Amino acid sequence: MILARIVGTVVATRKDPRLVSNKLMVARPMDPHGKPEGSYLVAVDTVDAGVGETVLIVSGSSARMAAGLKDCPVDAAIVGIVDTVDVAAGD
Amino acid sequence: MQLAKVIGDVVMTRKDENLTGVKLLVLQPLAADGSNIGRTLVAVDAVGAGVGETVFFVRGKEASFPFYPTEVPADAGIVGIVDHWDLG
Repeated sequence: MILARIVGTVVATRKDPRLVSNKLMVARPMDPHGKPEGSYLVAVDTVDAGVGETVLIVSGSSARMAAGLKDCPVDAAIVGIVDTVDVAAGD
Repeated sequence: MQLAKVIGDVVMTRKDENLTGVKLLVLQPLAADGSNIGRTLVAVDAVGAGVGETVFFVRGKEASFPFYPTEVPADAGIVGIVDHWDLG
């Protein structure tokens, strides 16, 4: 899984029927210290996250194991809102 | 599987219900010589690992298999704590 910050939302009218009523967010991956890294991605939100929050994103086929995404055509799902990340000194 | 060092942990209150009670740790993947390689990631812990330990982890859907039959939404999971490794 990766840590990411929610930076926006995506609205799509024409889409796969199995995506109807799913919330789509634009997320920027980041390292444990909060520094952005890598490219933006679109993820399905299953935990009611909002713009500005730090979240945990599951990628690949595992994303479909998130609540309510069985058989949905998705490869990234937000599965939690991060309260804190503790990293050992020096790492 | 891949070698990694556990460098931290993640705390979440609001999360997928199947993640309840599952420990989440921050991993730094390691090269064979023990140096850092690649980006850090967050993994579920199936073996009771802790910060500072060297572990090996699986990527993909297999990460949730140790928690079967619960379908834990995870794409990386720690499946072993490394005592030591040798290069031939």
